[in-house]
Amino acid sequence: MKLARTHLLSLAAVAVLAAFLFVADTWFDAFTIRVMNLSAIYIVLALSLNLVNGFTGLFSLGHAGFMAVGAYTCALLTMSPEQKEANFFLAPIVPWLAHVTIPFVPALIAGGLVAALLGVLIGAPVLRLKDDYLAIATLGFGEIIRVVLTNTQTITNGALGLKGLPEFASTAAVWACAALAVLFMVALTRSSYGRAMKAVRDDEIAAGAMGVNVFRVKVVSFAASSFMAGVGGALLGHLLTTIDPKMFTFMLTFNILLVVVLGGIGSITGSVVAAIVVTIFMELLRFLDGPLNLLVFQTEGRPGLRMVVFSILLMAVVLFRQRGLMGNREFSWSMLSRAGLLPKSEKGKHGLA
Amino acid sequence: MTLALFLQHLANALALGSLYALIAIGYTMVYGILRLINFAHGDVFMLGAYVAFYGAAMFLLPWWGTFLIAIVFTAALGVGLERVAYRPLRDSPRISVMISAIGASFLVENVAVVLFGGRPKGVTVPDVMNVKLQLGQVSLMSVSVVIPVFTFIILAALLWIVGKTKTGMAMRAVATDLDAARLQAIDVNRIISFTFGSGSLLAAFGGILWSYKYPQLNPLMGVMPGLKCFIAAVVGGIGNIQGAVLGGFLLGFVELMVIAFLPTLTGYRDAFAFVLLIVVLLVKPSGLLGSRQGEKV
Repeated sequence: MKLARTHLLSLAAVAVLAAFLFVADTWFDAFTIRVMNLSAIYIVLALSLNLVNGFTGLFSLGHAGFMAVGAYTCALLTMSPEQKEANFFLAPIVPWLAHVTIPFVPALIAGGLVAALLGVLIGAPVLRLKDDYLAIATLGFGEIIRVVLTNTQTITNGALGLKGLPEFASTAAVWACAALAVLFMVALTRSSYGRAMKAVRDDEIAAGAMGVNVFRVKVVSFAASSFMAGVGGALLGHLLTTIDPKMFTFMLTFNILLVVVLGGIGSITGSVVAAIVVTIFMELLRFLDGPLNLLVFQTEGRPGLRMVVFSILLMAVVLFRQRGLMGNREFSWSMLSRAGLLPKSEKGKHGLA
Repeated sequence: MTLALFLQHLANALALGSLYALIAIGYTMVYGILRLINFAHGDVFMLGAYVAFYGAAMFLLPWWGTFLIAIVFTAALGVGLERVAYRPLRDSPRISVMISAIGASFLVENVAVVLFGGRPKGVTVPDVMNVKLQLGQVSLMSVSVVIPVFTFIILAALLWIVGKTKTGMAMRAVATDLDAARLQAIDVNRIISFTFGSGSLLAAFGGILWSYKYPQLNPLMGVMPGLKCFIAAVVGGIGNIQGAVLGGFLLGFVELMVIAFLPTLTGYRDAFAFVLLIVVLLVKPSGLLGSRQGEKV
């Protein structure tokens, strides 16, 4: 038998998931579908942050900036000229952007590429820094991007943001992107480049001594991550159909960081699971922001309580279970057989999925 | 630009720089000892201002009374924060500690949103701080004079503590080598608590004076000054108190002077600090007054 059992199982799982998504897209109500699609976008974003933070060991906090660049690029390329004219009532849009309208997929890729280009431009100087300095410098660039977006009125419509983006982020589109992101990450981590990244994470000096071009690996990882962040941002924009610079503050990076930490820094599986769980909980816990009835006493609406819960959750994970849900392990079918949930395959413990 | 206008900007820059310096000192002391960016420091600054606000509004305390309770409160908060969020992670990888610090910062901010509400609050500035002074053609509020004076008094006291007292000597020892300091029978935990306490106290001073100069409070008011002051500390050479003060003043001057001379850049104000940071890190990574530390392999 050429096709290994694990491959069959994986194919079956993908088929079941696709069927579920198809059914869900036809039968579920709009809100559920939206939450579902949001979790797909969070998968892309969490994987993108995990690539630099978890796999290459670069603590970057500027992701919201790359997302913003991707979102704006894609939005400006897909919006119709009439829609742009309606948006830019304070100052007219620059002529070279006013009449451009291209299909969604090329625009999405363009959004990712512009973000990646920016990632290389920023990464080249900043990635020479280490640890905390890198974190602060990337955070700084994220803020600078936001400030620039707010002030370039004729290109981005400034603080007013863009409204009426076409609703291109369908269930099929976002989940295809999520699947591609997962595939890309799996392929990457198994390639020599992925190993080089992990080597840089574990010990930069040793990696350099073994002939790894440390700086290039860092820049490539940063650029790939920026590309994914740009695509994720673009998807988010087209799901919400409105974007403005205030959306892309450090708060957004924090949300993604929460997902990555909860899932396990350096685990693809962890990021995927945590992205879905956190997105669903963020919506389920919305009742916390409204009036509460706590048997003894009643509170009127206290907006912000939800984020308190999430901050406590993040701190609890870091303090008591630093490795998160998965640590840096990955899901594999042999894991299930070892737990007794699947019959053991003939090859037994050698199967690594 | 006339000379009077320039002097006016200079006075404002001096006040803003002093406020930055007060906050930057807290960052630099903590970083010098624990190699940790205390992300929550900006939020301690915010809480200091809020405590003083409520002290004045609800308990009708005089302005020096609000300073006292704010100081006690924030010092306790700083010590508590270290105990809960940072001490359990002292031997963990730095990325964990940093995530914990970010988490602590968001926790404080969100608790503040829940407790104080998201709407900005207007501060009643005490009369002493609100006297209009006319020096030649330059007109100033007395708070703009009080701020630099306060800063220099506090700075002198702090330098005396660090340079001349036994606690200060212990602080320097812990900053140089934590384990070796412990071997010299220095109570490291006590010193770290003291550092957090005094850093938070300075942040509270900064927060209250800030709220007199820019009389509006909101739960996220500490975020931007917090980031900028960390940058000021890095620019001056992290771990170095005089450096933090120098960095704070430099940042205040750059910010206000660029706006004064190039008003078209006003919208980009918040970006200046980050540009300054990146330039300094690329040109002289150890900061203006910092000593270069070699990397151990």
